[in-house]
Amino acid sequence: MRLGFVLREVGTGLARNLSMVISIVLVTFISLTFVGAAILLQAQIQQMKNYWFDRAQVAVYMCTDFSTLGGCDQLAASDDQKLAIEQRLESPTLAPYIDRFYFEDRDQAYENFREQFKDSAVVDLVSPELLPETFWVNLVDPTQSELIFEAISGLPGVESVIDQRSYLDQIFALLNAGSLTAVAVASLMLLAAALLIATTIRLSAFSRRRELAIMRLVGASNRFIQTPFVLEGIVAAALGAAAASAAVWAIVRFFVQGYLTEALPTTVFVGASDAFATMPILFATGIGLAVVASYISITRYLRA
Amino acid sequence: MILFEDVTKMYRGAPKPALSNVSINIGAGEFVFLVGASGSGKSSFLRLILKEERPNAGNIHVLGQDLRRIPSRKVPLFRRNLGVVFQDFRLLPQKTVFDNVAFTLRVIGQSSGFIHEAVPDILQTVGLAQKAKNYPHELSGGEQQRVAIARAAVNKPSILLADEPTGNLDPSTSAGIMNVLSRINASGTTVIMATHDSGIVNQMQRRVVEVSAGRIVRDEREGGYETTSIPFGELDTAPSPIITDDEAGLASPTPIRGRNESDPETAPTSFPWELRA
Repeated sequence: MRLGFVLREVGTGLARNLSMVISIVLVTFISLTFVGAAILLQAQIQQMKNYWFDRAQVAVYMCTDFSTLGGCDQLAASDDQKLAIEQRLESPTLAPYIDRFYFEDRDQAYENFREQFKDSAVVDLVSPELLPETFWVNLVDPTQSELIFEAISGLPGVESVIDQRSYLDQIFALLNAGSLTAVAVASLMLLAAALLIATTIRLSAFSRRRELAIMRLVGASNRFIQTPFVLEGIVAAALGAAAASAAVWAIVRFFVQGYLTEALPTTVFVGASDAFATMPILFATGIGLAVVASYISITRYLRA
Repeated sequence: MILFEDVTKMYRGAPKPALSNVSINIGAGEFVFLVGASGSGKSSFLRLILKEERPNAGNIHVLGQDLRRIPSRKVPLFRRNLGVVFQDFRLLPQKTVFDNVAFTLRVIGQSSGFIHEAVPDILQTVGLAQKAKNYPHELSGGEQQRVAIARAAVNKPSILLADEPTGNLDPSTSAGIMNVLSRINASGTTVIMATHDSGIVNQMQRRVVEVSAGRIVRDEREGGYETTSIPFGELDTAPSPIITDDEAGLASPTPIRGRNESDPETAPTSFPWELRA
């Protein structure tokens, strides 16, 4: 009886303020979509980190006949120099930190280069002689590249020591900025949504002031009076969250998987499971916001 | 049942207190008329009983509870023991008579079974059993007020407060309303009725409490609308009112006859619940 009563009240309240309810749904929809996008970006960053940081290697580039960088003097590294590097990498001081390493000669490097840039005209300009011989080092802990850097760079025949992670950090900084922007936009939109919910609840209470007056007079408990209004806010916000969830799923399905994965086949991207993982967060955010905004609004209305 | 001890109520911004040093004791099962001019403090008195307002000084005990001690979240529970009727009925226009009365019971969580027993019962008491399915706009003023009384009494409250319940009604209809209130009083409910209707007060010969400029100036057993025997102030511990200005002059213990009935001037000065919600 009581539950039915409360639900009927919610229904009439929503129907009476339909245009306001629609605006709540739209604003929560858009703001939560931004929240979802920010979460997806973070998931993307995390996924790329997991994928690449494990695979990220430290490259020890040896001198070529054309190189003037580092200790090179347009003279390719000699076999002795290469042996010295190899011995250094196998030495007891460095070995515990190194998972494995291998040597890539010019022909292998050329093959890899052709493979990597097969659609680009740059392939025709490169010959094996231009490419450096390289020691590729996988560290036990990828964050300790500094050790290799200190031990190897400056040795004769070494052109440069590069940690691949330094390239990745730039990409991640960019993605992070994007995600922060999305969060900032989302926060403003969520604030607007909260104010809109509060206003709508006040309107809804005002349109039912007669009933409220009698309820208060005959001793209906505060919770009983407030519940329909809080539920109204929850229903509207939940509709917005549902729309936002659908939007997040569509972004992953059609933009990320349908377009980005085709365009950048070597990169790992977030999938549907990540989209599903954001949905509880979107619902929790939307509903939490609605509960707080509508509860404060109706409590203030009743006290005023 | 209701005990006021030196109660003073001052509204913010008002030059004089609405009630000052009011002390009164109303026992269980009494029928009390509260008379006095508009603005004399009758409505404030009723609102204080409901804990709709807080006194600035003094103590109020209702149903053995010190109103000061009731925390605000317990106020709804306290109010379930009180019924209230207004001059303007305050029915919900989109609900039938039955639903208007049932509304009270629904919002305090009574079972459907109880509602279907209690509502026809109280409608019988107020003489509206045949009109349960009608809407308020299909009823006369007297019938609407009976619905309002049924709503206030359906929960069998210990106290029924009526703020000028006959203010909008003609004398014969008013007599019907008084009949209903007497019946409710006879079943054990304490009734406190604020009124300007001298005819009713004179006819009923019940306890009369006269308020003037915020003080009780007369408290008579089986009294009439105007004082007959006891000089005012005698039963009151407060000093006799000093009439200083026009307003106090209007509120003197001998109001002009004929100022009652449905004169808009006599409408209650405040509609606390309407304004609040």
